[in-house]
Amino acid sequence: MTALLDILSAGPGLSLQDRGRPGLLAKGLSRGGAMDPAALAEGAALLGAAPDTALAVELAGAGGTFRAEGADLLIALTGAPMTAEIEGARVPWSGSHLLPRGTTLKIGGALQGSYGYLSVAGLDAPEILGARSAHLSGGIGRRLVAGDRLFCAPAPNLGGLMIAAEDRFSGGEIRILPSVQTAQFDRETLDRLQDTAFRKDARASRMGARMGFDGPGFSSSAHLAILSEIIVPGDIQVIGDGAPFVLLNECQSMGGYPRIATVISADLPRVAQAAPGSPIRFRFVTLEEALKARQASINYLKSLPSRAVPRVRHPGDIPDLLSYQLVSGAISAHHDPHEKEG
Amino acid sequence: MGKAPERGGFPRLQRMGEEGFLIEFGDSLSMSVNAASLAFRAALDAAGWEGVEETATSLKSVFLRFDPLRLSHMALEVALSDLLQTHDWYGEGLPQGRKLWRVPTVFGGPHGPQLAEAAALAGMSPEDAVAQIAQTPVRVLTIGFSPGMPYLGQLPKAFDIPRKTELNPHVPPGGLALAIRQLVLFPVGTQTGWRWVGRAALDVFGQQAEQPFPLTAGDEIVFHPVDEATFEDAWAKVEQGRMVAQSEALA
Repeated sequence: MTALLDILSAGPGLSLQDRGRPGLLAKGLSRGGAMDPAALAEGAALLGAAPDTALAVELAGAGGTFRAEGADLLIALTGAPMTAEIEGARVPWSGSHLLPRGTTLKIGGALQGSYGYLSVAGLDAPEILGARSAHLSGGIGRRLVAGDRLFCAPAPNLGGLMIAAEDRFSGGEIRILPSVQTAQFDRETLDRLQDTAFRKDARASRMGARMGFDGPGFSSSAHLAILSEIIVPGDIQVIGDGAPFVLLNECQSMGGYPRIATVISADLPRVAQAAPGSPIRFRFVTLEEALKARQASINYLKSLPSRAVPRVRHPGDIPDLLSYQLVSGAISAHHDPHEKEG
Repeated sequence: MGKAPERGGFPRLQRMGEEGFLIEFGDSLSMSVNAASLAFRAALDAAGWEGVEETATSLKSVFLRFDPLRLSHMALEVALSDLLQTHDWYGEGLPQGRKLWRVPTVFGGPHGPQLAEAAALAGMSPEDAVAQIAQTPVRVLTIGFSPGMPYLGQLPKAFDIPRKTELNPHVPPGGLALAIRQLVLFPVGTQTGWRWVGRAALDVFGQQAEQPFPLTAGDEIVFHPVDEATFEDAWAKVEQGRMVAQSEALA
């Protein structure tokens, strides 16, 4: 019998995501793909799968209820930590778990951040234009809803793993570089951009995120009418109300608002992941610093297979043994590392 | 020695963040600025530099995305400046391999309810407006905003009409809309401030088609007027994924 993941109920923002479709800007399509590519790769590492071809269910803000049909499934939960239960028993985030045939996985709301990821061994979907991800603003694929069934593979013989994920979920300092209209903003405005305490607006989507703030808008001194020009994820447009708007994976391919700066690639997933209301600050950095951060992100992805470790280990193998609560002499499979942070 | 005379500071080469360059050939649209962008992009693609990941054109410029860990900004800046100096891109002519498309199009009536309004603003009768549009092969100036959506131009000067301030609530897929001497052809139903003058039987973004994006910037289109019944027959074939529009190579 075919191994399936049935979606019994779905939050408002579920979609299949992989690494997207870079290279189609000349046809008017932004790259799309997982808002938090590291979470996608962490999921692949937890399943012992190849990161380049990873596909997962992206959960925007909240999850849903899912049931394994036809076979036992191996799942991994990564990205924004959410509450998760299998047959009513809590299971830890940033880990892989067996979802036995006929059992139900329930994923609640995000405890931190915005985008959680449910990876399943063997998850597959038809390829369109070289990728299997939905590009919602571009009209490719669609949101997943209750009643959808996803093709998977029977669980491989692999124990439950866990991974110590980087915290990308709380906003904070976001590093930026100049973009093509940065010079049209005066020094005072660029200083104010770096001094302002922004809050991520609640209306953020896969297309972009507006930055809320107190005070006057960020107008460019030139006030030139800008002919629509190519825009890319990371660019910070100053929109009509004077607010910075960070373009994300599913942005349009052209836009006419002035761009005050652009977010470095290493920090863009942190803008996407920041929960609504999270504090955001911008800081201009040198190109050298941006490239160092880019290399560090690549190194982190490469290190993931070795970071995925068995969840239950021999106590002698645990270097930080004293930091665990050894109530019953073992690590609880139901321990949620994020529970006490809330 | 450079063959490229500067035109008011153009072409202008700028860094665009961590992994992009923008090469602008002007700050407003003209057919020669657009042609220079298309020609320079073709030369970039032909050069095939290692580390360049994609190129694209807008109405007036070329965008290049690259891997900055494989190809340094400095090295690429020098290479781009050198390439810019090799030709007068404004006089270079359009690239090879372009196509001329002939697309069955219905104008006016329920498929183009603002034709009369657009024609009046252009100072002519709807019949004359259709005749002039049909006589003008329009260039795909750029593709964007929505996947596959072409900006087409330029129409004769009379069609330099403004966009409406209020939006049309719904223009259907295939809808042809006009403003500022340009036409746009919508891949999906959309709201627009451009005046809706007709409907063209061409799917500019067919996800399941052999060629999902039939158009390339630089191609030309002739919108061939047909009656409603002919259009509806052609549109049915478009919806079934059977391309109706004919294309031929442009010399």
